[in-house]
Amino acid sequence: MTETALEARHLFKVFGRNPSQAVRRLKAGESRTDTLDAGTAAVIDASFTVNRGEIFVIMGLSGSGKSTIIRMLNGLHDITDGSVVVGGDEIAGVPASRLREIRRENVSMVFQHFALLPHRTVAANVAYPLELKGVGKTERMAKADEVLAMVGLDGWGDKLPSELSGGMQQRVGIARALAADTDILLMDEAFSALDPLIRREMQEQLLELQQKLQKTIVFITHDLNEAMFLGDRIAVMRDGRIVQIGTPEDILTDPANDYVEQFVQDVDRARVLTASNVMERPRPVVADNAGPRTALRQMRDAYMSAAYVTGRDRKLLGMVTDRDAVKLVRKGETQLTSILKPVPQSVSEDEVLMNLFVPAVESQLPLAVVDAEGRLTGVIPRVTLLAALGTGPNSTEEITLPLPPVSHAEIAAVLGEAADAVAPSSTVVLGEAADAVAPDVATEEEVR
Amino acid sequence: MDGFRIPIGDWVAGAVAWVKDNLEGLLDFISFIVKFLVNGLTEVLLGTPIVVLIIIAALIAWAVRSLWMALGTAVSFALILSMGLWVGAMQTLSLVIVAALVAVVIAIPLGIWSARNATVRAVLKPILDFMQTMPAMVYLIPAIVFFSIGVVPGLVATVIFALPPGVRMTELGIRGVDSETVEAGHAFGATPGQILRGIQLPLAMPTIMAGVNQVIMLSLSMAVIAGMAGADGLGKLVVEAIATVNIGKGAEAGLAVVLLAVFLDRVTAALGTPGEFPSSLLGMVNRRRASQQASKADAAAEAARAVASPHRAPIGGGAV
Repeated sequence: MTETALEARHLFKVFGRNPSQAVRRLKAGESRTDTLDAGTAAVIDASFTVNRGEIFVIMGLSGSGKSTIIRMLNGLHDITDGSVVVGGDEIAGVPASRLREIRRENVSMVFQHFALLPHRTVAANVAYPLELKGVGKTERMAKADEVLAMVGLDGWGDKLPSELSGGMQQRVGIARALAADTDILLMDEAFSALDPLIRREMQEQLLELQQKLQKTIVFITHDLNEAMFLGDRIAVMRDGRIVQIGTPEDILTDPANDYVEQFVQDVDRARVLTASNVMERPRPVVADNAGPRTALRQMRDAYMSAAYVTGRDRKLLGMVTDRDAVKLVRKGETQLTSILKPVPQSVSEDEVLMNLFVPAVESQLPLAVVDAEGRLTGVIPRVTLLAALGTGPNSTEEITLPLPPVSHAEIAAVLGEAADAVAPSSTVVLGEAADAVAPDVATEEEVR
Repeated sequence: MDGFRIPIGDWVAGAVAWVKDNLEGLLDFISFIVKFLVNGLTEVLLGTPIVVLIIIAALIAWAVRSLWMALGTAVSFALILSMGLWVGAMQTLSLVIVAALVAVVIAIPLGIWSARNATVRAVLKPILDFMQTMPAMVYLIPAIVFFSIGVVPGLVATVIFALPPGVRMTELGIRGVDSETVEAGHAFGATPGQILRGIQLPLAMPTIMAGVNQVIMLSLSMAVIAGMAGADGLGKLVVEAIATVNIGKGAEAGLAVVLLAVFLDRVTAALGTPGEFPSSLLGMVNRRRASQQASKADAAAEAARAVASPHRAPIGGGAV
């Protein structure tokens, strides 16, 4: 999976009178505005690798150079300096005929405004790359129908592009790129021209297709939410430079600079962060061969009325409640299995926070997070879920729990004393009482 | 200042004399080809029974535009016939058709070339300006020197005069094709030739056809002036009418030119924008074929839509 499909090394693109001089000065450390007299630098020293089968998103505002970069990857813009390697082939400086061959066989593209041929039918549009490859008519039309079915456009092949809605036209654009059957797909703001509902639908469909086809996709967008939703990894660009490359979680939780942080503020964290990003060490949890006393002790330490039970390999088996455990101890039994109950709610590690709220509300214990093998890898208390939605450096780390309430008996006793006393401020008394029990009430950090 | 005069006129006259003396073979060849084409076409037009020709013209009008246009064409041609100008009209028509064909054959490649090459564009622009603004009759002088009186100098002058809009509109059309669409061609590995044939020319076609329409209209207006050089046809009749101050003859010949012009203009304009005339014969044939395909496709499409986006309400008619 970590095989490199595409690599860009120290890419420069300068438009203007004297590009090579501009590159030399940029390399010497001059800024973009300093070198304006020699040319406009659109891309400055960009390096990245794209792994086979991943969606690599390049994100930046307009004018940040992202569209220029993607056009250098298939040679639509020639490279001022640096190198691009596609599937082992260098793109910079190859003759035009070789470049066309690479475009036909290795790299296809989806455009922001669809760029369909308006005088050809949908099917003929999809078959266009095959036509350029020299595939026979019946074969390429069969392939076009097959790909159209894949993107959900069965039976639209005879229409003209102008008869389709925007979303459908872009499906044709995607179908055309898929028909070319290249390993690498370049998508230049492919969904930016669509309205939000359709955009969401298309993003989901793209991920579905990607699961089936495992293409290498370079996706350009100015929308960070889109980048976060689609990207396995994201490169953030600003003024021609790549300022950070990382997974969506990296970018969200550890922005490289103020610029990225500002960007990240607008992100819908609930749709990006996953359970594994916010979960805490599983607690309370007991092994299935431990006795009810251990379970009770765990529950008491964690201030919970139940505990998770795991088997060998930390596999989640179920949970036990404190009432059942107390009964078990009284009966003198030592096997927890007899009182084991199924866990009502557990979520997988890669579930986004958006989908955790309802389970978290319904779950008696902190929400259990399990991995693909069913092992309990962590839990998410409700407060943690809430805190994760806020921005701030610590919001996804473990947090201290608020102090637990003082026991009923104690409050009753204190209230009794207060009634006897000559009207002391009850808040002060309560404060003192809380202080008095504080030594028992350790914060979560300490328990850990 | 008396002695100071730049003798441009003498230079041009010298150049024309030089061409006349040294390129006689070429001039004779051009003369032969032009005479062959124009006279051949005139003979064909005049050899065809008049009724058949009128019916053919009406059918062409119906095919590209409408039944009304066909009726109008039949009436116009009948009117020309009734004025006794049929032979002159057919001579002018063949001169216009040949001149327009030659102009288009030269103009479109030039337009393509200048659309793709900035240097060519820079060189062509002043030349085209010159060709268009130089009073048209001036071309007749060297043309008569080269080819003597007759249809050939008239045609050569007509071609020069009618050429520029063909070049300009072709260039404009090709450069006006959506750059992303052209980029898509590049991105899928099309060669420049494939992009020209498969994307640029088809998408520029309405503009190019508007240019062709202009070429034909200019040819017609010039073909009348060609009458001064001795080319047979309506132009010659107009020139004769001017010489004899014959108001009636001038009006009739002029009206015949107008009727021909309207016919040629409407037909070529409709060719450039085929989608706009649903009541034409071609439009009806296309629609019938499309509706047969559509009825087959619609059921499948609706099912596909339900699969592709189950959350959206059904879309009326299938296509949006």
